[in-house]
Amino acid sequence: MTPSKKDFVAEAEEILEEVTSSALELQDGFNADILNSVFRSIHTMKGLAGLFGLKALSEFSHAFESFLDDLRMERIDFTPEVVEFILNTIDVLRGFVAEVGEGRELSDVEEAIRDIEAFRKKAPRKTGEVSIEDIGLDPSIVKVLSEYEEQRLKSNFREGKGIYIIRTIFKLDDFSDRIEELTSILKRTGEIIATLPTSEGVPDGHLGFNFLYSSKESEERIRKDAGVDDIKVVVQPTPPVQKKTYQPRPSPSLKSSTNTVRVDIDKLDSILDNISDLVMAKGAVFRIAKELSETYGYEPLVIDVHKVAQSLERSLTELQERILGLRMIPFQQLFIRLSQIIRRYARNTNKEIELKLYGEDTEIDKQIAEDIMDPLVHLVRNAIDHGIETKEERLRLNKTPHGTLTLKAYSKGNSVVVEVKDDGRGLDVEKIRKRAIEKKLIKEGQELDRREIINLIFTPGFSTKKDVSEISGRGMGMDIVKEKIASLGGFVDVETQENAGTTFIITLPITLAIVRALIVQCGDQRFAIPLTSITETITVSEADIQTIEGREVIEHRNELLPLVRVASVFNLKESHQQEYYAVIAGVGERRLGLLIDTIHEQTEIVIKPLGEHLRDIPCLSGAAEVGRHEVVFVIDMDRMMEEALRRRDISTSAL
Amino acid sequence: MKNVLIVDDSSAIRTLIRSIVEDIGEVNVFEASTGFEALKTLPTQRIDLALIDINMPDINGLELTNFIKSSEQYRHIPVIIITTESSDEDRKKGLGLGAQAYITKPFKYDELQEIIKENLGL
Repeated sequence: MTPSKKDFVAEAEEILEEVTSSALELQDGFNADILNSVFRSIHTMKGLAGLFGLKALSEFSHAFESFLDDLRMERIDFTPEVVEFILNTIDVLRGFVAEVGEGRELSDVEEAIRDIEAFRKKAPRKTGEVSIEDIGLDPSIVKVLSEYEEQRLKSNFREGKGIYIIRTIFKLDDFSDRIEELTSILKRTGEIIATLPTSEGVPDGHLGFNFLYSSKESEERIRKDAGVDDIKVVVQPTPPVQKKTYQPRPSPSLKSSTNTVRVDIDKLDSILDNISDLVMAKGAVFRIAKELSETYGYEPLVIDVHKVAQSLERSLTELQERILGLRMIPFQQLFIRLSQIIRRYARNTNKEIELKLYGEDTEIDKQIAEDIMDPLVHLVRNAIDHGIETKEERLRLNKTPHGTLTLKAYSKGNSVVVEVKDDGRGLDVEKIRKRAIEKKLIKEGQELDRREIINLIFTPGFSTKKDVSEISGRGMGMDIVKEKIASLGGFVDVETQENAGTTFIITLPITLAIVRALIVQCGDQRFAIPLTSITETITVSEADIQTIEGREVIEHRNELLPLVRVASVFNLKESHQQEYYAVIAGVGERRLGLLIDTIHEQTEIVIKPLGEHLRDIPCLSGAAEVGRHEVVFVIDMDRMMEEALRRRDISTSAL
Repeated sequence: MKNVLIVDDSSAIRTLIRSIVEDIGEVNVFEASTGFEALKTLPTQRIDLALIDINMPDINGLELTNFIKSSEQYRHIPVIIITTESSDEDRKKGLGLGAQAYITKPFKYDELQEIIKENLGL
């Protein structure tokens, strides 16, 4: 197997993800370990680009690496501007990798390299050197140290820290775990400069490790904390004269496992396709079992078929869950990208923004994660641009000078919820109403409750050129945000309070792949309605249907429930029956009953997008194959709600 | 059959080097993505040649080379350091520790294959 460009892009993206999360940690202050891991990542990127013949990218990485090397070797000072510069340069690098992925020429590499050189030149330089000989370390150890390790040794020595050699012997079976335990303790109060394996004087089946360790703690203290006996003191620590800014953090975990493979998401998708074929075949087995038992009764052979069908179902469910589990990624990956965008936009708008992230470990399907990115970016831009006030305005309102943007992810049943919350000025309900009237979306004097007015922001044609700005203008309209979320099978809610801020609450399915649905029929057309959006089903007799203000309603649980006839939404021939079924759906706080002729079975469906020519039919989210290769349309309940609202307006205006 | 150990934390680079080694024929390739993994592999296989990157998590390539070259039972294994380090300091150190060769990435296919063959006695 020869590695291809795809391998390069896959690994480069992995490196970018790692380096970004490390670099963000540098915002908390200097940390030798983390800085070194940033350096290492870029170094790997350089080597990788070189081997794949990507000369320009390799040169750019080289320039970046040299800058990082100066920084870790403490030839230049570590300042917040430097961190900012590192983050920006990673953004540039990400752009280049994307260009490689798309097979395009890299744009303006020379200029990017010049930027790095220029920044490197004007960065404040440090002076003062210690010689390695001053430390008095055994030459047999010095000869193994890399240039960087020497530098760390000198730096710790200069700061008056103690230098120790800790000798340990571990069993071959579990040495990496044991080392991880030990180093995580040692790193709390010091720095491990080098880990030197040795077989000298070590029994069979064991490995010796000498740690070159530096700490402000005394030999006694280390012996006690880490539970090690053999410590050789190279240099005693001197008590600090001035406060040190350097704060070591608990160790990042040791990367020690390669029992993993990277799989193209397309391959997983094709397995899922196979599974959905199997799910259909399983459906057929169930159907055959049912027909057999209807014809022949419960003969032993028929019972066998039932049993087979059931065990097939169990295995398939498990298989599905496992594959879907493989597609899951933590929200952290989305949050990292978002936090970069937020930082950049905050800077461009001159607003100070504190970012709070919660639920980074919450998992979501990789595909949904990709698709939800654009809507999230739009919401975040909007929040910075329109939500959060300028510093002066915030101070005048007795608010903190900096705005707070909160991103929160958590799972809720079979859904994942993402909240984008700002503490800005909140949506102006009166302004939205005026705008909607101006745009002829509603009539003057039309009665709408607060929630209905707020939801108008999602109506196509609501956003105007008026609020296009440098920041949010490049994005999509709120209607597109809603549509995108709906196309993923999710929905969005808004909560807003004047001067306290706005929260967008996006509910998404955990996975796109397979949903349980109810199959219903209207005339001779069958539809699927995802179970997640159904609260209950009832029977409705024609006589109970009343017309109030031009819309059909029934009394249900002492409340008026608006009805929509599915047949009329899709222009199907209406059957005139005495009794209908109503599927009651509740999305958010709105409720609606869908009138249909018959209810069939519940089944699992795989929602496939509609073909081009069908895309314009409203209220459908896709199509699915059920039973004997019959295609049914999947009803989009959220859109159906809007349709109901719109219809009501038409009927009221007709009055 | 000769056994070759490739130690590099980049899987793409391991794959690349592996293809160069396997093209020689009559070789088994063992991969390690960290120094620790290499330490675990060494006692379990009769390794005839180690190809080692310098910059890696846990222990680096110089430390690994030093271990091999100072251990009674592994001293005989030829070590080729393959790295992006172009620091003269590190190059000198690598060779000083007893590595047979020090190759800088990006390397040429033929050049690397030649050195590998030489050190395998092929």
